[in-house]
Amino acid sequence: MSTPKISVRDVQKVFPVGKEPFVALGGVSLDIADNEFVTVVGPSGCGKSTLLNILAGLEQPTGGTALVDGKPVTGPGPERGVIFQQYALFPWLTVRENVEFGMRTAKVPKAERRERAEHFIRLVGLEQFADALPKTLSGGMKQRCAIARAYAVNPSILLMDEPFGALDALTRVRLQEQLLETWSKERRTVMFITHDVDEAVFLANRVVVMAARPGRIAEIIDVDLPYPRDEDMRLSPEFGALRNRVWHAVYHQRQIKEPAK
Amino acid sequence: MAVTSAGATRDGNAPARPRKNRTFLVLNIISIVAGIAIWWGLSLAGLQFPTPAEVVSAAWKMIQDGTLATDVGASLGRVLAGFALGSVAAVIVGFVMGWYTVARGLFEPWIQFFRTIPPLAMLPLVLVLMGIGESPKIFVIFLAAFLSCVISTYQGVVNVDKTLINAARVLGAGDGTIFRRVVVPASTPFILVGMRVGLGSAWGTLVAAELLAAQAGLGHRMQSAQLYYDLPTIFVGIIAIGVLGLIMDRLLMIAGNKLTAWQENR
Repeated sequence: MSTPKISVRDVQKVFPVGKEPFVALGGVSLDIADNEFVTVVGPSGCGKSTLLNILAGLEQPTGGTALVDGKPVTGPGPERGVIFQQYALFPWLTVRENVEFGMRTAKVPKAERRERAEHFIRLVGLEQFADALPKTLSGGMKQRCAIARAYAVNPSILLMDEPFGALDALTRVRLQEQLLETWSKERRTVMFITHDVDEAVFLANRVVVMAARPGRIAEIIDVDLPYPRDEDMRLSPEFGALRNRVWHAVYHQRQIKEPAK
Repeated sequence: MAVTSAGATRDGNAPARPRKNRTFLVLNIISIVAGIAIWWGLSLAGLQFPTPAEVVSAAWKMIQDGTLATDVGASLGRVLAGFALGSVAAVIVGFVMGWYTVARGLFEPWIQFFRTIPPLAMLPLVLVLMGIGESPKIFVIFLAAFLSCVISTYQGVVNVDKTLINAARVLGAGDGTIFRRVVVPASTPFILVGMRVGLGSAWGTLVAAELLAAQAGLGHRMQSAQLYYDLPTIFVGIIAIGVLGLIMDRLLMIAGNKLTAWQENR
């Protein structure tokens, strides 16, 4: 394998909270290959969102480096699309205008913009709602719109921060399947944060299990189940075994005592 | 029969809203009619009020000889000029304060200080400095509208959802684009609220300013009517001020609802 798409080298993030600083990330290293789908799962406070924000360029690490295509991340960039848990659609723009937002910023000519927006709106199945305002959409539809919006600027990496966390269980399962379908048509490198073990196993090539205090990688578990994945896969014994392994890694973490000062 | 059933179906299908609105409207009309009746009764019972009929005939006379139009024109011209200047300045200053921490630090103490002073309290000073023409009145109205609107605009800019700004940044937007395409639309509802408050404040200040120093305008008309004990004219003035204020507020509200139709109603 050549240079990894994403390379995180001993990244640290320390927040100065009162006298004792809070160590959100205490030296995390992780490589993600091109077109790989990696999920990151862990208890709250393990720094998984911080790690994603550092890769997105929305936060700066206090130590170490995050590399994308071998170049250090210094800020947000159109080659990295981000999908937020709160959807973050612009409520005053229609679905189409939301999807076109990034292309307008990049000064893509109008005709091409239209065409590409149309393509991605169709890809996430929102063609009937292209001219609707976000307030008329359900949570699942909003997130599909956000996915189309991220895809439309043609990023090589998608960073997804608990995108389905606010949705009901049924919608979540449906969106997981749709996301994999979209991903199979439009391959990207994906880093997907979740606190749902099932979701982590169902989507990923690899599940990164993180632990808290200090935020660190506890274990990396390969998911060698073939794509496309469907409902049967979710009910298979192989899936069950992997889920149990991940579950165990997440919920029976040994506590590391932080060094006393 | 057909008519009743059609009516019933419509009532059955329609959401509760229109029906509730209709009851509301009926109550409004009853209230207004009752209010005028009480007024009429009181004036007939010997209170020193002119009867509604006398007020209407005074209004008719003022409409015919053109004084009402002149006064309304003078008052509206002042309030609109002051309000427009005040709103524009408030939006600019509010945005600058919300966007740049340095500007916030520099502007804030002055705005907070002047906000505690009723704009009318500035009138004596302004009259001395600017004379008795139109400019001192417009300036005081400007001040009233500006001070009401600026804090609201600034709050709007500060309160823009951080996630939306981040979403724009990861879509490749720079500061200028974020400002134009995220901050401005997101703070529009706040600005409109500020403008409504500003308009009310401007209108109130206008009439008081005209009472003190003017040659035309509704406030001036009432002031001179007072000298001749001309109660019907004073009533015409009061009613005109109320009706005009209401109309302007409603127009601004309708425009605002159009501009912020995207908001989720919570």
